[in-house]
Amino acid sequence: MTARTERLRRASLDAIPSISGERAAITTAFYKAQMGRHSIPVLRAMNFYAICDGKALWMGDGELIVGERGPRPKAVPTYPELTCHSAEDLRILDSRPKTQYKVDAAVIAEYEREIIPFWRGRSLRDQMFAELPQDWLDAYAAGCFTEFMEQRAPGHTVADGKLYNKGMLDFKADIARAEAALDFERDPEALDKREQLRAMSISCDAVMRVAERHAELAEAEATQTREGIRREELLTIAGVCRRVPAHAPRDFHEALQMYWFCHLAVITELNGWDAFSPGHLDQHLRPFYEAGLADGTLTRESARELLECFFVKFNNHTAPPKVGVTAAESGTFTDFANINLAGLLRDGSDGSNSLTHLLLDVIDEMHLLQPSSNVQVSRKTPDAVLKHALRVIRNGYGFPSLFNADAVVEEQLRQGKTLEDAREGGCSGCVEVGAFGKEAFILTGYFNLMKMLEFALHDGFDVRTGQYVGARTGDPASFATFDDLFAAFEAQVRHVLDIKIRGNQLIERLYATRMPHTFLSVITDDCIAKGRDYNAGGARYNNTFIQAVGIGSITDSLSALKELVYERGDVSLPGFIETLDADFTGQEPLRQRLLNKTPKYGNDDDDADALMTRTFRMLFDAIDGRPNTKGGAYRLEMLPTTCHVYFGGVCLASADGRGEGQPVSEGISPVQGADRHGPTAVLKSASKMDHVKTGGTLLNMKFTPSLLEGDGGIDNLHSLVRSYFKLDGHHMQFNVVTADLLREAKADPASHRDLIVRVAGYSDYFCDLSEALQDEIIRRTEHTAF
Amino acid sequence: MKGGLVFNVQRFSVHDGPGVRTTVFMKGCPLCCAWCHNPESQSASPEFVRLRHLCMSCGRCSEDELDSPIVTDRNEDDVEACPTGALQGVGERVEPEALVASLLRDRIFFDESGGGVTISGGEPLVQPAFVTEVLRLLRAEGVHTALDTCGFGRWPDLRDAAAQANLVLYDLKLMDPARHMAATGVPNEIILDNLRSLAGVHPAIWIRIPVVPGVNDDDGNIEAAADFVRSLPGIRQVDLLPYHPTGEAKFARLGLDYALQGTPPPERSRLDALAARFRERGLFTTIGGHA
Repeated sequence: MTARTERLRRASLDAIPSISGERAAITTAFYKAQMGRHSIPVLRAMNFYAICDGKALWMGDGELIVGERGPRPKAVPTYPELTCHSAEDLRILDSRPKTQYKVDAAVIAEYEREIIPFWRGRSLRDQMFAELPQDWLDAYAAGCFTEFMEQRAPGHTVADGKLYNKGMLDFKADIARAEAALDFERDPEALDKREQLRAMSISCDAVMRVAERHAELAEAEATQTREGIRREELLTIAGVCRRVPAHAPRDFHEALQMYWFCHLAVITELNGWDAFSPGHLDQHLRPFYEAGLADGTLTRESARELLECFFVKFNNHTAPPKVGVTAAESGTFTDFANINLAGLLRDGSDGSNSLTHLLLDVIDEMHLLQPSSNVQVSRKTPDAVLKHALRVIRNGYGFPSLFNADAVVEEQLRQGKTLEDAREGGCSGCVEVGAFGKEAFILTGYFNLMKMLEFALHDGFDVRTGQYVGARTGDPASFATFDDLFAAFEAQVRHVLDIKIRGNQLIERLYATRMPHTFLSVITDDCIAKGRDYNAGGARYNNTFIQAVGIGSITDSLSALKELVYERGDVSLPGFIETLDADFTGQEPLRQRLLNKTPKYGNDDDDADALMTRTFRMLFDAIDGRPNTKGGAYRLEMLPTTCHVYFGGVCLASADGRGEGQPVSEGISPVQGADRHGPTAVLKSASKMDHVKTGGTLLNMKFTPSLLEGDGGIDNLHSLVRSYFKLDGHHMQFNVVTADLLREAKADPASHRDLIVRVAGYSDYFCDLSEALQDEIIRRTEHTAF
Repeated sequence: MKGGLVFNVQRFSVHDGPGVRTTVFMKGCPLCCAWCHNPESQSASPEFVRLRHLCMSCGRCSEDELDSPIVTDRNEDDVEACPTGALQGVGERVEPEALVASLLRDRIFFDESGGGVTISGGEPLVQPAFVTEVLRLLRAEGVHTALDTCGFGRWPDLRDAAAQANLVLYDLKLMDPARHMAATGVPNEIILDNLRSLAGVHPAIWIRIPVVPGVNDDDGNIEAAADFVRSLPGIRQVDLLPYHPTGEAKFARLGLDYALQGTPPPERSRLDALAARFRERGLFTTIGGHA
């Protein structure tokens, strides 16, 4: 880092997240004046324009890339037209110990005086909850599933390269052509399309307006600045802001600022889940980088500095806070904007280049919470790229994550995309796969598998909320065989999925008709050509994801039930259920046996893993291909964010030995501590799932530093990744164990039985070592030069 | 063929030969080195141990039994019935074909990493027919094989097993016969003779020297070892393996006394100096597996 970027980074880290009331105030005033006078799309675009025109600008000292969504870094606006926080919500945000957002008293006062009275009953969330059927509300309250869209717009997509070849004026020309081509005689939708197109054009104006205001601000500051270098920089910034986003960028600096203005535009108009992402940044910047190096206007160092400034911008953009259950499902400040590296070009060749390495260096050095980063690893990706990424990963910050670019192409081909679009796509958010620049790949809420098994064991009764929520699958005493039990589990899954999907369809239509995302439609193909909004099926591809959580816990639970009840007859099913309902009270030996002596997923045990694949196939058959409301389909994904905590929290004890309220397993990882045969066994188990049929799977792996030492350690990790991807695994993320985790393991060995220690010719588990030895290893881990 | 007695099969072993490997630990060893980090490997019979810290006191074992680490009257059914896995069996009999089928599960990792399977222990030469057969079956499947041995056994057994190993990892602990006897319980003439013979016929040998402060890390022993290794053909590299006290807990579990209580791991500077002795003689030398 340079002195400048060190300062900017420090300022970003030190900035305290807060709630800004500005956007709510502008929106409320605008709606009061204009609601009812315009079609909804045009109203939304005009509101967006009003925000761009009226919001306070912020230009940080020493910044090179400019623009903040809020009035200053980490000041997060609210979106009352989607979800109107109550005064109590705001007070909770201000005072809660984790993920706190400071809220000024003035903001709360404004909310009480103006915002809440206007939006109560008008916000999309209020409308949604009024429309959703009772069975959806009951299932939601019972923790069967979550739903982002009750508080955040669908969002979730990624930019492609067109931002670097076109400016807003070019997009406006496209829009004008599309509007001119409308056939008001034969096309009954012509009026709707015209309104959508007009709205898109207004959005272009909005983002150009905010850039223009930044240019004016930079010029004003330049006249106030005596210091020569900064003065020059401000004039450069002004020039960049006059050029982009109105026109296509011409150089590296303009390219970054172009993306950034578009990013701000997307997340200012609506608070889409997972914000927005630049996609294959190393591919998109390459021509600007090479041209700049060639004509001497750019050096590797100056490019690096600009990238570091760019990264700081992402870090300044804390996720808008949620309230209620949605807050518990992912309690984090990050908004999951993701940088993709390597991957493939449209023609199928390797997409990595020298910028890939430069960006890895930036990621390594800056370690900020945001942006997230990942490497799309293809069989064509040079080993040097993957090994560089692994060295960064070994430093222990969890980034970048690794994706199987070839499997990602296959997944998308299976979904019916063209080969070129599939290659140009990739992963974002957590692990979701999509065609960048051309797809609305929307996450709906997570799905609680453990609750479904719980329903099967209770004839559809939800003990926690005290009512029948699931299907009536009968008295478990009547499940004579394991297949009977599994059939009941399946029936519960299908019953609740039907409820969820019916609700999703309704929510999708609410967004389509009442909450378009007009700017996102400008830059997502084929919204302009179709005259249709991003939330209404305007994109070329429209996939809707359902994320199933807890397959590890389910597999282990089914395994225990199968063995103890149906194979050995050690315990009757009603007896087992009674034990679970009592949270294993008086049954500790049984619980230990369940934890330690039953076959579990993650150990390359074919019997246990067969239950995982059976569950997966059942989920896939129940979800994949069902039509959404946008001409696309539902797809199955396996990731939790932090929802495995919430979902476990609403479930009783389970047959795998899990206690009541304890988290379930995350992603497709084994239940924590269940894997006792090392990483190759975990990967073999995970690869028995058919990843190509999913929209993404998430696998977290933990390593102690002793396993990763030296070049040999990198080589071995490299082999694990290549092998797992040869087996079609979708994603891997590595956590290198820190001394703190080892301390935790020492204090709570039962939860960390999977921590392995390796030295030559030796075999043991960390938790089996003496305390003195554990301390010694902890000390060593702290001092290891990572 | 009668099965072999194995006490552990460890996947993702990265310190027992090149690449990602699975290491098979054979039970039974004629030596009883004071620094052994797998003391449960020494007896050639199945044993049972209690890991006291895992015990939940379910009542199956009496308090007296729990206080005494030596387990004499338990069997596999008791191990199965122990809810927490505190009572463990050490040593399981397995047929060569079944073992190899299980080892092949990681073949994709072997292929990708240039790894394979290492037979270690204990001492593989205590069960030579079994070990040779397992190595042979693996070779037939195209898997890279390594034999990790201290060389204390009959020459024909070593020769036949090594013929099935792409690589031999050969332990050298002490050069002086009397010191070797005192530290390991056996003389070293056989070990040195076997190594001379092996170096004459096997193209790939790594010498492994555990560096145990106060036992074998003196200049005299190391110089003698370096001279000896230099005199042999086919030695690909020398690995100095720093002593670590992690085996100590296992001694306690087995009710054995740990003679090296308080011995610290060797200092890095000392290891570098010892490595220099080998490198001076043109031998590629690693410390703990790292160059």
